[in-house]
Amino acid sequence: MNTENNIKTLIVKKPLKLDCGKTINEFPIAYETYGSLNKKKDNAILVFHALTGDQFVTGLNPITKKEGWWSYAVGPDKAIDTKKYFVICANVMGGCMGSFGPSHEDPNTGTAFGTNFPVITINDMVNAQYNLLDHFGIDKLFSIAGGSMGGMQVLQFISNFPDKAKTVIPIACTSSHSAQNIAFNELGRQAIAADSNWKGGDYSSEDTIPNKGLAVARMAAHITYLSKKGLQEKFGRKLQEREDLKFGFDADFQIESYLRYQGSVFVDRFDANSYLYITRAMDYFDLAKQYKGNLSDAFRATRAKFFIISFTSDWLYPTQENKDIVIALNSIGADVGFVEIESDKGHDSFLLDVPDFLSALKNFLDKSYTEN
Amino acid sequence: MKNEFQVIAELIEKNKKVLDVGCGDGILMEFLKNNKNINIRGLEISKSKVQDCIAKGLTVIEGNAEKDLKQFPDKSFEYVVLSQTLQAFLNPEQVINELLRVGKKAIVTIPNFGYWRVRLHLLIKGTMPITKTLPDEWYNTPNIHMCSIKDFFYFAKSRNIKIFKSLAINNQNVSIINDSNLTIKNFFADLGIFLIEK
Repeated sequence: MNTENNIKTLIVKKPLKLDCGKTINEFPIAYETYGSLNKKKDNAILVFHALTGDQFVTGLNPITKKEGWWSYAVGPDKAIDTKKYFVICANVMGGCMGSFGPSHEDPNTGTAFGTNFPVITINDMVNAQYNLLDHFGIDKLFSIAGGSMGGMQVLQFISNFPDKAKTVIPIACTSSHSAQNIAFNELGRQAIAADSNWKGGDYSSEDTIPNKGLAVARMAAHITYLSKKGLQEKFGRKLQEREDLKFGFDADFQIESYLRYQGSVFVDRFDANSYLYITRAMDYFDLAKQYKGNLSDAFRATRAKFFIISFTSDWLYPTQENKDIVIALNSIGADVGFVEIESDKGHDSFLLDVPDFLSALKNFLDKSYTEN
Repeated sequence: MKNEFQVIAELIEKNKKVLDVGCGDGILMEFLKNNKNINIRGLEISKSKVQDCIAKGLTVIEGNAEKDLKQFPDKSFEYVVLSQTLQAFLNPEQVINELLRVGKKAIVTIPNFGYWRVRLHLLIKGTMPITKTLPDEWYNTPNIHMCSIKDFFYFAKSRNIKIFKSLAINNQNVSIINDSNLTIKNFFADLGIFLIEK
């Protein structure tokens, strides 16, 4: 993938000590921005992407030629209004859209890092992205926002940098990856590792790609992003371009065909090793553990205003896990609002056209901004 | 803004931290925030009303007073307000205890079941009373634990809850309730407002 031309990159000179113990130097952080930074530099919103997202939040993604992953929420006059706010989003470390990741060349070997890339964490990701504030000369962000793994980064960011954001919006996320979350991620990783083309992570030097394993990983994960009701309503037992069952193992059902399609388009834009690294970072995420089991302590130093949003049909990061964050914040008297949005679109609700969600997000941001 | 909210607002000094339990669409919260510089939080069970509060720029938590008050630390608010919802709880006594744990003081308002129109309705018509403050039919009312001003007075006494101030509202008239006029106020007021502490 020759992507350099469309990708803005910040080379971070400052050494970064990773949680695994290694220190990295002169590493790239790829990012994109939308809207413009005002003179007071008080209108910046740092958006964090989820597992398979990238820095291309909205509009046409120049690499994939598809709509940005948060096009419903971010753009002119949208919930995160780019006429008003300066939106920054970085590709996470470990990713495959220009930031330092396993497909980068290992200077010691001259080939891609593969599984020699250091295991990174959510903490490492936000520490790397923090350099963007210096880059833009922003002292304090107006807001930080993100859903799913993006929400985990939001929580980690405000706990690492308590006075660097005025408002904090974790969406459909958790403060600690559950056994079920880890289980699904492990399923995806094992699917990749079971593909003979994976070659222990060294596929790029052998010029193969573990497409099948990565596609299966995506298919399994995709199910967890939808609700049972949503799936049933959209697909039910409808057959795929056929009158009757074929008594074979082709995609008889529309849901099968849909999942196969989701798997096949995913492998065109995503790197299998990145999938391993990023899911690992999610699994390692346990914010309370970083504070000796007391989640409230993660937020004790901040005076930021929190707004936490969950969705009724999200069973991957259910309302209760979002509420646990609310409870931790209330127990220290923090300024926290919370709403559970009614939606049958599952965990993916935060990416989709869910009007109640988008209006709540817009109202919270715009009202908080005028009170600035 | 309705008279009840005016009276509640007058009971609260400026610059305090206040929790409005069952804050509805946030009318009282907005007034307290804008006019008394109150650091105000709301707890509301209805999703659409939570959205109304967010649209007003208010900090509100979607939740249920019977389950979600326990997350707030002891005495973390100067005042906790509960307007006309006590009668809708499964366990009002427990909610009162929680209000008094979370707040240094609580302001509780109740639709008065001892109000003469309520009594007359039941006496003459023989059906469950419907009034301005109690507009629902028996089969769809959220109110399952109705009480009168007198009931609340006695309840507070029996639980050693201090009543700092109790006010009776009848249309636009606000008057003070005390031991000597309790029976009369209980007859003529359609709403009781109590400032309490434990």
